[in-house]
Amino acid sequence: MHALELRGLTKTYQRPAVDALDLTVRAGEFYALLGPNGAGKTTTLRMVAGLLRPDAGAIQMYGIDALADPVAAKRIMAWVSDEPMIYDKLSPYEYLAFVAGLWGVDAELAKRRADELIGWLDLAPQAHQRCEGFSKGMRQKVALAGALVHDPKLIILDEPLTGLDAGAARQVKRVLRERVDAGGTVIMTTHILEVAERMADRIGVIASGKLIAEGTLDELRAQTGAQHTGSTLEDTFLALVADGRPPGSVVAA
Amino acid sequence: MSASGFASGSLPWFAAHELRLAWRDFISMMTAGRPGRGRLVAVALIVLAVCMHLVAWSMVMNHGDAGPDLPTLVAVTGCLGLAMSLMLSQAMESVTRGFYARADLDLILSSPVAARRVFTVRIAAMAFSTLLLAVLVASPFINVLTVLGGARWLGAYVVVAAVGLVAASLAVALTVALFRGIGPKRTRLVAQIVAAVIGAGFIIGLQVAAILSSGTLSRLDILQSEAVLTHAPAADSLLWWPARAVLGDGVALAGVFVTSVLLLGVTVAVFAGKFADHAVAAAGVDFEPSRRRRDMAFRVLSPKRALRRKEWTLLWRDPWLMSQTLMQLLYLAPPAVLLWRSFENDAGALVLLVPILVMAAGQLAGGLAWLAISGEDAPDLVATAPVPVGWILRAKIEAVMIAIAALFAPFVGVLAVLAPYYALCAGLGILISTASATAIQLWFRVQAKRSHFRRRQTSSRIATFAEAFSSILWAATAVLAAAGTAVAVVTAVLALAILAGCRVLRPSVS
Repeated sequence: MHALELRGLTKTYQRPAVDALDLTVRAGEFYALLGPNGAGKTTTLRMVAGLLRPDAGAIQMYGIDALADPVAAKRIMAWVSDEPMIYDKLSPYEYLAFVAGLWGVDAELAKRRADELIGWLDLAPQAHQRCEGFSKGMRQKVALAGALVHDPKLIILDEPLTGLDAGAARQVKRVLRERVDAGGTVIMTTHILEVAERMADRIGVIASGKLIAEGTLDELRAQTGAQHTGSTLEDTFLALVADGRPPGSVVAA
Repeated sequence: MSASGFASGSLPWFAAHELRLAWRDFISMMTAGRPGRGRLVAVALIVLAVCMHLVAWSMVMNHGDAGPDLPTLVAVTGCLGLAMSLMLSQAMESVTRGFYARADLDLILSSPVAARRVFTVRIAAMAFSTLLLAVLVASPFINVLTVLGGARWLGAYVVVAAVGLVAASLAVALTVALFRGIGPKRTRLVAQIVAAVIGAGFIIGLQVAAILSSGTLSRLDILQSEAVLTHAPAADSLLWWPARAVLGDGVALAGVFVTSVLLLGVTVAVFAGKFADHAVAAAGVDFEPSRRRRDMAFRVLSPKRALRRKEWTLLWRDPWLMSQTLMQLLYLAPPAVLLWRSFENDAGALVLLVPILVMAAGQLAGGLAWLAISGEDAPDLVATAPVPVGWILRAKIEAVMIAIAALFAPFVGVLAVLAPYYALCAGLGILISTASATAIQLWFRVQAKRSHFRRRQTSSRIATFAEAFSSILWAATAVLAAAGTAVAVVTAVLALAILAGCRVLRPSVS
């Protein structure tokens, strides 16, 4: 069963932001979605998370029709935005308790998970302080802990590493990798190509609302042509975006 | 030299900068951030000014030729005292915000410009904004009195401005004293509470005195009572100089104005240099762990309860809301005194409690509903929770209704013992007024940060006015029903018409 299947997903504002997008993410996969600014990455993920209503198309999440039964889809999914939105007047501990309550997690189980997450993310010294004085990195870690406290099968993250220092970024990457190793699925947009290169099992490149390339790093390199073989993901990405290839022409099978 | 024509970093340069920001802020607030509405706003302001002058005319039409006799001096001084308490409250809010709202402080404090200069301008700007509002509110009365009694009344403008300067000076001194006395962490909350108490204190004190002496809610009666006039200083006392200045005494006017300007000058000289230190200290406030909540944190049973609990926790921890709620509760103090007195006397005066309770509930519910419904700081989190959208809204509405019920139940309970029918009217009025205010906030909800609570009116003028008129009309309905008059039906229909209009005009939710 696929973790996520998008078919003909479309969202149009003044111009198409997402244009009949087809995308499949396998269960237990770390999938990185890349693209230039305004490519439609965030719009796509916000539609998947149920925060935007698509104009057309279908979203299947572990076999659940997310448009027909959004509550069931949300139960197995977590969303972390690039701008961590948490409550200033709650402590991380209270925030996790609130999120666990929203997802209906058993209190004892939630408490155990919260303690684990707070330990993993080095939040213990601040666990009972209110979040109002936290740095962006701290807030992002709290938001990530909130996303994980209800043990989602699918985690969707929009630029989760932006603004984090090296230490915090490493902690977040480690926690995400551990989720995937434990059978979870992670979909992440990022502008930090090194992260996608090192962490992602597969990479999708989106431009003008369409998927223009997809595959492992080697597959992407191969798809960009011989002159790019052995190059970094950055070279490959820039070549793909600059080539302006017909949509789907380099998507791996 | 800058575009404003002043040397960069100079006092006038900073003043021009502050003025430009304040003007744009004002325009944005008046037009709700929608350009092209300037003409409409101007027309609305003119209509409002005309209405205010008509109201002023009806109130002071017999006082144009008032002279400096003792009753007049006492009454004018009482009005100035009221203005002073309100302005001091407002100025304290401004000063507290000046310390804690970071805005451009990081930029300014990291620049090589002397911080004293910046805060000299900021203190002056606070004083100016305080007196400007007071002058605007007082102007219809002064204009009408000038038409009726001659140009001597124009001195009242100067007196109101002087009171504003004194209020701003005291606010700075008081807030800095709090800062030094109890530290930056506690000052934020305490200063807002003190501001609320000062703002409401004077008028409430007069009201309580009126109730205790004559058993009514009339505040002016106490100022004109035999007891006050007998114990008041003689008419030539210095205490009456501000009142004399209002009545056109040139010497008193000059004295009051010079004193206020000197006071502001001393305040700037003493405190401007320290303002930067306090702002830096405020930025470094460390919030200590609240470990006593630890065991409570995971006792969650359902998403709805989790949401309600979160709303109550956030409402409880909001210092500004706490001060506003305290102010509402302070306004309920006179009715409480009236209740207490009525245990011994006639219960007839208790009918006055009904509209006060209903009005207060409606106003408070509007604020709480905005915070709960629109002021959601983690909208994505709540929207991605596996619960229907309707549940989320219902839980938030329940949180507001239960909070209001908890706050007003004691009053209605005591009232029920003394006058069951009045209690029924008050209870129903509170329920309907709260539900109406919440419904209006629900229909006109706009996603916003909780910290934007002060500017919530700018998102919809319709919602703001509808909420106010709805509370007033339900309060009128409740008191008319309590008095047993059928006119209550008319005000109820008007209130329902406002709600129906809001439902029709509500923006579509995407």
